[in-house]
Amino acid sequence: MSKIVEGLLYSESHEWVKVDGQVAIIGVSDFAQSELGDITYVDMPAVGDEVEREGELGALESVKTAADLYSPVSGVIVACNTAVEDDPSLINADPYSNWIVKVEMSDSTELDSLLSAAAYAASIEK
Amino acid sequence: MKYYDKLIFELSKEGRSACTLPLPDRKLELPETLRRSSKAVLPQVSEADVVRHYTNLSQMNFGVDTGFYPLGSCTMKYNPKINEEVASLPGFRDVHPLQPGAKGYEQLYEEMDKALASITGMAHFTFLPCAGAHGELTGLMLMRSYHESRGDFKRKRIIVPDSAHGTNPASAALCGLEVVVVKSGENGLVDVESLKPLLGDDLAGIMLTNPNTLGLFERDIKAIAELVHSCGGLLYYDGANMNALMGVVRPGDMGFDILHLNLHKTFSTPHGGGGPGSGPVGVCNKLVSLLPTVRTSAFHGNAGVILKAYAYILMLGKENIAKLGKLACLNANYIKEELKDCYKLPIDTVCKHEFVFDGLEGANTLDVAKRLLDYGYHAPTIYFPLLFHQAIMIEPTETESKETLDDFIAVMRKIACEAKENPELLHSAPHNTPVSRPDETLAARQPVLKWQSQ
Amino acid sequence: MLKRVSLSSLDELYSDVPEDCKFKGEFDLPSAMSEQQLREYFERLAAKNPKSKVFVGQGAYDHYCPSVIPYLCSRSEFLTAYTPYQCEISQGTLRYIFEYQTMICNLTGLDVSNASLYDGATAAVEAVRMCVACTRKRNKVLLSDGLLPNVIETIATYAKWEGTELEIIPCEAGETSRTALLEALDGTVAGVLLPGTNRFGIVEDHSGLADAIHQAGALFVEYCDPSTLAVIKTPAEWGADIAVGDGQSLGIPLSYGGPYVGFMACRNEYMRKMPGRIVGQTQDAQGRRAFVLTLQAREQHIRREKATSNICSNQSLMALWITVYLSLMGPEGLEDVNNLSYQAAHGLKDALLKTGLFEDPYPGKPFIKEFVLKPLCDVQKLHAALDKAGIFAAWPDKEGNVSFCATENRSSEDIRALIDVVNSLK
Repeated sequence: MSKIVEGLLYSESHEWVKVDGQVAIIGVSDFAQSELGDITYVDMPAVGDEVEREGELGALESVKTAADLYSPVSGVIVACNTAVEDDPSLINADPYSNWIVKVEMSDSTELDSLLSAAAYAASIEK
Repeated sequence: MKYYDKLIFELSKEGRSACTLPLPDRKLELPETLRRSSKAVLPQVSEADVVRHYTNLSQMNFGVDTGFYPLGSCTMKYNPKINEEVASLPGFRDVHPLQPGAKGYEQLYEEMDKALASITGMAHFTFLPCAGAHGELTGLMLMRSYHESRGDFKRKRIIVPDSAHGTNPASAALCGLEVVVVKSGENGLVDVESLKPLLGDDLAGIMLTNPNTLGLFERDIKAIAELVHSCGGLLYYDGANMNALMGVVRPGDMGFDILHLNLHKTFSTPHGGGGPGSGPVGVCNKLVSLLPTVRTSAFHGNAGVILKAYAYILMLGKENIAKLGKLACLNANYIKEELKDCYKLPIDTVCKHEFVFDGLEGANTLDVAKRLLDYGYHAPTIYFPLLFHQAIMIEPTETESKETLDDFIAVMRKIACEAKENPELLHSAPHNTPVSRPDETLAARQPVLKWQSQ
Repeated sequence: MLKRVSLSSLDELYSDVPEDCKFKGEFDLPSAMSEQQLREYFERLAAKNPKSKVFVGQGAYDHYCPSVIPYLCSRSEFLTAYTPYQCEISQGTLRYIFEYQTMICNLTGLDVSNASLYDGATAAVEAVRMCVACTRKRNKVLLSDGLLPNVIETIATYAKWEGTELEIIPCEAGETSRTALLEALDGTVAGVLLPGTNRFGIVEDHSGLADAIHQAGALFVEYCDPSTLAVIKTPAEWGADIAVGDGQSLGIPLSYGGPYVGFMACRNEYMRKMPGRIVGQTQDAQGRRAFVLTLQAREQHIRREKATSNICSNQSLMALWITVYLSLMGPEGLEDVNNLSYQAAHGLKDALLKTGLFEDPYPGKPFIKEFVLKPLCDVQKLHAALDKAGIFAAWPDKEGNVSFCATENRSSEDIRALIDVVNSLK
């Protein structure tokens, strides 16, 4: 049973969002990291890149597979977590405290369409 | 096989050399700005060092000449030795690619073109592509070229089934086409009904392999061809599975307009540990004039590989080509029937040259594959096609005897027993190989991609 | 066996194939040949090819191939293996590829090499694609007109369908025009492809160009002849980001153009964008050194339509070929190949000029084994006379000059024979 943290918002493509004012802090769920297995590389966007909701944000690679990251919100990348870039195993160890990127949102109403912890739990039950 | 741990660089001794060239009378003079600042680090070893080192390396390798190689979709048939001999004749080896009047080669290309045209039902071939994926891309360029030559610039979509080889969507995307995936039906075949809504006047074509990667013949192929043609699209045949049809069905007769063949699969040229191969592309009449417009490699493609493949065709001759596909299919069906009571067979029907098990109850497919190595077999293709989570894809080819197949079947059954009685034996396999399972995560997380002196 | 599969005939294996798909005719092929007949057939075919002394390069060089190479490369454990997916029984292939990657890095001076590509021209295509992938949003690549015409033509074929814009930078006095290059370098350029030794055989001086290219935000790719890298400034020393070329000059026979092998190396920062197979070192469960295919998540079988390249093989056996070649030659031997070629080519050029039937279009330009001359005689007559004497030389270029090449494989007698033919035209 994968861990889901209360109080975060989730996307159907398994990203989580923590809202900090106008900034969305984005990572991947425990379910996503366990599906991928040992993550070997994080393909990061560049700070300053514009992203669209559900647009590609980067990718996570493991030995035998790769998964694209999709942005749950539109906006501009304001920070990339260099710690997970240097050591991707951090995401496997604790996917919720090791965020990947921060996005300054251009439309915070987009948050309304994300899933609550309970709704996300139900979606991965399926 | 025994473990041998040296790299050629580690045998190096300053000043040693295996070079036998005469000493130059004159040394090269170049301005200092154009000269390399320090000597390249290359091994300094004797001829005997080189020969022993690579002989030792070869002994950690498994080839078709070592044993049975049932690698699905790869057609690892026996590679006749006479082909190697004729391809290395000095009269072929020493010809410069730009030299005019290479009549022997010109005749080879002409005869090979005619032979492949007859075998596939296409009109003509280009021999520039050096591999199957290279052929795919070349073929798709020809597809786009055909549409544009008719002033039709809007055809940017291509249909690819979900069971297709990974190269199909990759090649299509590189060629500037948008990939539209058509799902396979319950029976593992392309569903004509789900195809219909994907058609339109913006469709460039469809890429299919037939039989598909599950080893099943797309029996609706004529209907599919009709539908795609009627909206102006073309049909591309991925020749990866051509061995199944050799001598029985021709892609041209099924309605395909463009195809590539893998001479290193269907036409017995050795895989060489990953190449060189050859992926000639054949087209139907209406595309022939476009062939010279697509230059996808430097000279004439892999002439040496084409020589070997033509030798294979000549040795088989028209009498034996017709038997090839049938025997390949018989071998596959025989293994399938002998093993389907202990391995999961998701689609139980007559297969073609290969078939897919969806794993073994209570065991991981990876473990089954690794355990096979202990018994002196190459593993089948695993985890492909993606439609099944524990896929084991077996392709025996026609060059294996019943006795070889029986031995393999016995080992597969033994592994099935081991999985029940002693699963750890599978988890920790292989046990008898030069190395055990390497740590692939370490390799990817901290890439060490070249040797460096300590 | 048929009984076991519950069928009564082989034809029933195709009962799911509609009748109108089946081939009912006879194949338009010769009858089966015995091994004896086959050998004779191919010997006769081979005899129809010319047996000329080759004095042309243009991307295919007649260098000496030591007998050890075909001997080792025909070992069936190497020859009949597939791509090394099952690494536990493929350590031989994986180890020589690792050695190959090391040698390519050491020759080019760059950090990372892949396991090889089809040929030099397709390696150049992959480099062009990499420039576009690494610079995002930029889509134009500058190509020197000093590149071999078939390399440019191959790049152009791909670029057309991939939507990459190409601009050709002209040559001036036998070298890529610096002025034209600097003028064309603007904010839309993703990469610049320059030859190390160009199609005139001239070793180009790229001093300062890397800075200009990088300042414009583009990548610098050098297309080079790896044999010459033993002596000339390396792509890394020029400041290039990517080096590509054809490994044929490292002892691979001419073989009418293939199989050859494309190589590619790049700086560390572009490693993840590099196409093709890559072998990496790791350890097995017992902690022993072992080798695997790595960084596979970039590749087509995982990324499908999102992969940066569709390549799923390499020219493994040819990579082994040049690995064995470089092991035999060593650093000194490879230098001597260049010294001997230099000696032969310079001797040939001096002698040709002395005949008075040629002029030097690019006097004073440094070259190693290949050069062009302006013919003052009738080129058709020259070709006819050379052909009659069993010599392949004087390849015409688009400027109206003719190209010659001499390697360590051309003896002084061969050169004298060529000069005699030229003198006979006077």
